Amino acid sequence: MIIAEQKPIQEIKSMIAGYQKVLVVGCGTCVTVCMAGGEKEVGIIASTLRMALKLDGKEPEVIEDCIRRQCEWEFVDELKEKIEGVDAVLSTACGVGVQALAERFGDKPVYPALNTTSMGMPKEHGFWIETCRGCGDCGLGKFGGVCPIARCSKGLLNGPCGGSQDGKCEVDKEMDCGWQLIYERLNSLGQLDQIEDIVQPKDWSTDRDKGQRRIIREDVKV
Amino acid sequence: MARPFKEILSSGEFVVTSEIGPPKGTNIEKMVHHIELLSDKVHGLNVTDNQSSVMRLSSLAACHIIKDNGGEPILQMTCRDRNRMALQSDLISAHVLGIHNVLCLTGDHISLGDHKGGKQVFDLDSVQLVATVKALEQGKDIGGNELDGAVEFCVGATATPEADRMDSQLLKFRKKVKAGAKFFQTQAVYDMDMLKKFMEYARQFEVKILAGILVLISPGMAKYLNANVAGVTVPQELINEMAGAEKGKRLQKGIEIATRQIKQIKEENICPGVHIMAIGKEEIVPEILACL
Repeated sequence: MIIAEQKPIQEIKSMIAGYQKVLVVGCGTCVTVCMAGGEKEVGIIASTLRMALKLDGKEPEVIEDCIRRQCEWEFVDELKEKIEGVDAVLSTACGVGVQALAERFGDKPVYPALNTTSMGMPKEHGFWIETCRGCGDCGLGKFGGVCPIARCSKGLLNGPCGGSQDGKCEVDKEMDCGWQLIYERLNSLGQLDQIEDIVQPKDWSTDRDKGQRRIIREDVKV
Repeated sequence: MARPFKEILSSGEFVVTSEIGPPKGTNIEKMVHHIELLSDKVHGLNVTDNQSSVMRLSSLAACHIIKDNGGEPILQMTCRDRNRMALQSDLISAHVLGIHNVLCLTGDHISLGDHKGGKQVFDLDSVQLVATVKALEQGKDIGGNELDGAVEFCVGATATPEADRMDSQLLKFRKKVKAGAKFFQTQAVYDMDMLKKFMEYARQFEVKILAGILVLISPGMAKYLNANVAGVTVPQELINEMAGAEKGKRLQKGIEIATRQIKQIKEENICPGVHIMAIGKEEIVPEILACL
């Protein structure tokens, strides 16, 4: 899932302060699961904005909605009528949803209420963690199902750095050293030989370095 | 002219290297003083590369100054600030400037330094950087393209004898050897038994390992190292020894401890050499060397 968290309310307020009628629209998928931009959070953000703006002497109309997914036209199009009737849209989706609304409703300003942080999962209640960087060339088979790109703070490919201590990272003593996890996992699987050879420098052309990544499949086109 | 470091390593002599920290700014007076002080007293002088992720004068420029002063520079290169193109370009530049020793390191995380919001690189890791030097020596860059003139380096890397998770650190060590590292300068070691244990393992490889000696200047520094620097453990008895010295004589005590450890390493033949670090207090290094 995509993980995101709410921006500070002051920042959100400053983006929409100049508009008379604003739609706050949530997304029912990832950001609902990470409790940042689902129906419930839309309600909280909209109410907070109404109060904050009122304190500033403004009384804009803030309306609310939440669709199933902001990253698919099918659901985005359900918003057409509502969006036509407002001056601006505040999306509580991830960056993908914000851009989908901006592309679909070309004449309306669309603002993000969240900071999208990563792809990952809730490790426990109230604790979300990044586990995939979407590098475009998955090496999890080699690394025992633990990604060195996402989980080593330096993205090292040949083992831990000297900053690894007590199984934790030099960046934060609460953060696991990704390489210690890889080592222990492969050790328990009896597959340490998989990382004994030198891993060559990564080909980053599958990552961001060839520009925006696209997949075009003629076999599923209609 | 200094003797090439490569020659020293194969000579069987007890090898002594030390370290210079470049200034943060253009005032090189103090650094040049340290270089003049140490150039003819050690076999090689490392220059740190934006150490602790703090932006400074480049290692390459400082190595060039060491060369001009008749010293034998060891260029430290980390993977944090440059991608594979910039690293290779700087290796070629170093060769052209007459710098033929390189120490390949990962580099501290950028968030530990003075440009916390910067974008770190780590396009290569330290193992791959060692392999890159070896590729350039074969007359090809790591993109497989021919060079018009190959580089020549004595390639080194680092190891951590006091690491608490030794197995995974030894994996990295083996890979550095496999990639072509010929010498190692270790992270600071204070526990001679741990150093011996590491050397029992490392001795099977044909590489020269120089034990890292970081001079203690106060008991507080020892406690700081234990709390904040991964892979360094100052035993309690050394902390007590430092604390037991009168204020004003603690640096002297640190020098005494360093000297004692270097003598032990040499006399017991634990390692074939040492790398002495005196971060900012390079003036004390000749005193340590005089005791050898």
